[in-house]
Amino acid sequence: MRGYFVGAGLAIAVATMATGAVTTAASAQSEIKIGEINSYSLLPAFTEPYRKGWQLAVEEINAAGGINGKKLVVISKDDGGKPADAQTAANELVSSENVAMLTGTFLSNIGLAVSDFANQKKVFFLAAEPLTDAITWSKGNRYTFRLRPSNYMQAAMLVEEAAKLPAKRWATIAPNYEYGQSAVSVFKKLMSEKRPDIQWVDEQWPPQGKIDAGPVVQATAAANPEAILNVTFGADLVKLVREGNTRGLFKGRTVVSFLTGEPEYLDPLKDETPEGWIVTGYPWYSIKTPEHDAFLKAYQAKYNDYPRLGSIVGYQTIKAAAAILAKAGSSDPEKLIAAAEGISMPSPFGEITFRKIDHQSTLGAFTGKTALKDGKGIMVDTAYRKGSDYLPSDAEIEKMRPKD
Amino acid sequence: MAFYVVQFLTGLASAASLFLVASGLSIIFGVTRIVNFAHGAFYMLGAYVAFTLTERFAGAFGFWGGIVVAALALAAIGVLVEMVLLRRIYHSPELFQLLATFGLTLMVEDLVVLIWGPDDLVGRRAPGFKGAIDFFGQNIPSYDLFLIVLGPVVLGVLWLLFQRTRWGVLVRAATQDRDMVAALGVNQKWLFTSVFALGVFLAALGGALQIPRDAVNHAMDLRVIVEVFVVVVIGGLGSIIGAFVAAVLVSELNAFGILIFPKISIILVFLVMAVVLIVRPWGLFGKPEAPARRTPGLAVNPWRPLTTNERLAAIAVLIVAAALPFVAGNYLLTVGSEIAIFVIFAVSLHFLMSVGGLASFGHAAYFGLGAYGVALLAKMAGLPMIACLLLGPLLGLMGAAVFGFFAVQLSGVYFAMLTLAFAQIVWSIAFQWVSVTGGDNGILGVWPEKWAASPSHFYWLSLGIAALAVVILRIIVFSPFGFALRATRDSPLRSEAIGINGKRIQWTAFVIAGTVAGLAGALFAYLKGSVFPDNMGISLSVDALVMVLLGGVETVSGAVVGAIVYKALNIWLVSQTDLSKLVLGGFVVLIVVAFPKGIVGTLEAFMHRRRKSSSSASSPLLTSRIESAE
Repeated sequence: MRGYFVGAGLAIAVATMATGAVTTAASAQSEIKIGEINSYSLLPAFTEPYRKGWQLAVEEINAAGGINGKKLVVISKDDGGKPADAQTAANELVSSENVAMLTGTFLSNIGLAVSDFANQKKVFFLAAEPLTDAITWSKGNRYTFRLRPSNYMQAAMLVEEAAKLPAKRWATIAPNYEYGQSAVSVFKKLMSEKRPDIQWVDEQWPPQGKIDAGPVVQATAAANPEAILNVTFGADLVKLVREGNTRGLFKGRTVVSFLTGEPEYLDPLKDETPEGWIVTGYPWYSIKTPEHDAFLKAYQAKYNDYPRLGSIVGYQTIKAAAAILAKAGSSDPEKLIAAAEGISMPSPFGEITFRKIDHQSTLGAFTGKTALKDGKGIMVDTAYRKGSDYLPSDAEIEKMRPKD
Repeated sequence: MAFYVVQFLTGLASAASLFLVASGLSIIFGVTRIVNFAHGAFYMLGAYVAFTLTERFAGAFGFWGGIVVAALALAAIGVLVEMVLLRRIYHSPELFQLLATFGLTLMVEDLVVLIWGPDDLVGRRAPGFKGAIDFFGQNIPSYDLFLIVLGPVVLGVLWLLFQRTRWGVLVRAATQDRDMVAALGVNQKWLFTSVFALGVFLAALGGALQIPRDAVNHAMDLRVIVEVFVVVVIGGLGSIIGAFVAAVLVSELNAFGILIFPKISIILVFLVMAVVLIVRPWGLFGKPEAPARRTPGLAVNPWRPLTTNERLAAIAVLIVAAALPFVAGNYLLTVGSEIAIFVIFAVSLHFLMSVGGLASFGHAAYFGLGAYGVALLAKMAGLPMIACLLLGPLLGLMGAAVFGFFAVQLSGVYFAMLTLAFAQIVWSIAFQWVSVTGGDNGILGVWPEKWAASPSHFYWLSLGIAALAVVILRIIVFSPFGFALRATRDSPLRSEAIGINGKRIQWTAFVIAGTVAGLAGALFAYLKGSVFPDNMGISLSVDALVMVLLGGVETVSGAVVGAIVYKALNIWLVSQTDLSKLVLGGFVVLIVVAFPKGIVGTLEAFMHRRRKSSSSASSPLLTSRIESAE
């Protein structure tokens, strides 16, 4: 009797999955498919603008005639924030959708999981967002490329400004996971190289997403630092800033902060935006280059909304994928790798190159200071920093990156 | 000195917010025995609704009014949920209500993003409590002081409510002995409904009061739910004062703990809970539960091994499943392998829950230990795959042996929460011990060897092991050991009287279940080629629980069906829709209503009735289960 139920269950399972297989069998020859994976349900604040960004790119590419005459199709999957589910999605995209390459991912561990999958299955993977240094260096592989400036690059950009500060006593506040840990350790290393006189007086490691901001602010203040490095973002950042403002933590102290200038994280702060923080971010309102103007106009026309950094990442990921596919003229992974190594292309931030040595793109980031304008947080004194200026020497990279 | 005072006050403010939510959960659990997984969802909805109201109506009246109205509105929703959904399933097996509230939580997570958008929302500061008060050079936010006062006030009001009103007397009586309250003719329906409404009101109020200091977002529910459960259990279930003391204890330990160990927050509450439960098995202020009085539901429909025909049918199904590689592509086969692995995992938990009567909330720990065992053996010792598959699960076995020893000393929800604490401790070790486990970046490159690398081979391997695991566990169920285990589950006193060493039997069952889970984890590591702390996280433990409950906890192998249905549906929905949580949650709620004993459990009961009515010779006394008050 029970066997019968098991059978029914199996039959349902098989039938539901089979319907998925049938629809995909009808893939046309005149298309090129790209598989895209991101944490849509877990991180909608970032991934919604990101999705709008890549959809705009797809539209532009197809309006301009597609890739070597073929229509570009992006098949997008949600990973729910879990590496194991990202691999299931990657497998579906590769095995049953027959995509030419994989792109996307936000969280570092998911980026690494998909990168390892790509290496194992010999599939080209263009990581969009994950910041971990490992993905191009210590755990890099020949099938994986990465668009966004890494942790190291952003730290190096911030250090350049931070080292000019007179502050000697530094405290750090970072979420307790790989991103926070490696951001702090790279920042400390680079900073101490430039300023051997600096003391690190306190570190706080609240769990990601669960900061108990009051005690953390109080503990940081108790160490009496002259400057603070912050790596928290999202809801944690809001809580930290609110507690810090009421408790006067930021008074008379300079704060250097990763990512805080990105509209995703700056805008929710509204009139509570602390002023004078040195941050990396995306001041879309003050970038006056023709490339960016074109992007901004197209984006605002299509969505009637302003872009976030996620929009740029999504847009440029698909633009880069298309450029690589067009140059390779094939979806053979080896040809894609050959095409991608050293390829240069335009982007809303100016020309970028995917380096041959570590597959990192030279897309840069903006640094500046936070300020309040009309009850909203903005970045002022902004400067674009090219990614290529903030990377370690080739010899160092060769030491870190495993040989293919 | 001033600093320590301020840090103490800051801790108290955190404790007050925690207490508001925890007290609601404690009341609900104490009376209705519902493990209300949706409590965090009500907390989050309270914050969202309050955000909308306080943004629309400015001024002091608008703000405070908005917060109270939000909490009241949520209480009304709570009444609706209780009447429409939960009332239908009070007679279901224990913990089945967890499934319903889990489904609701999934739905709410997607709904809030649909309604309020994906961005983090930052609400107004509380009028009159915007600044800080100077205390010997240290600043204390005045809102913190407000919360510090509010916590004890709420505690006092609740105390008066329970001690000085007739309603309170009934609630306390029901917390102590529901059957007796029912026997005395109290209308339980409305008692339960009102208690649920009060609990939801407190949760929503707790959420709404976070507006001035938090960002309202769609992940608030999960952030708070586990912590609140822990607080309730540390305090002792059903004890409001216990919840208050536990909230203060946890918050203060965190406030001062981070001064010495800045990384302690991630694990602190679970460490406290593990220590408290080992020393005081019923929490700080809890009382030992009276031995269960009700007749176990199984007494009516006793388990029996499969008949020959059923065995043949099962083998036929297995053969059909084994033929899948001849018709399906690589993706389907990999999904098939994943489902087979989750069948192993689910049946291992099912064994513990239905045969042992021990519901573990932390079963993923042993799954994860098996996976890490394989990854470490393969990457560090370089052992071949077969050796890894055989030795890896031993890590799960060892973990289960150590933790199980402590856990089986407890029972019921305390057992569940202690297993959760252990799982979180194991998880945090994997998360923090970066040099060995790679932290949250995990261990990569654990791919199967050539002979098992192709999807079809790996599918056969997983399917074979899954079939083997199901068969072996069934053999154990019907072995003398299985009978002893079931005796211990059904009546600890009687089984002890006939000379069964209950604790040792349960411990053995725990180790068996942990080892089988470890085996599933070992296979999973090879399927995914990598291992992450996620593999032992809470969500995986909850998934396993859902699979078991979905299949039917009062069956012998219902988890097989539960795992197949849940996993296949989950994978399919995530792939097909962006609103997978909404659809999956709705589906779970529907199943709960349609199959109040789980899919297999309800079908079995249906078949059983039909067989009975066709023979119609049996005594009606035996066929109708003696309904208890729950």
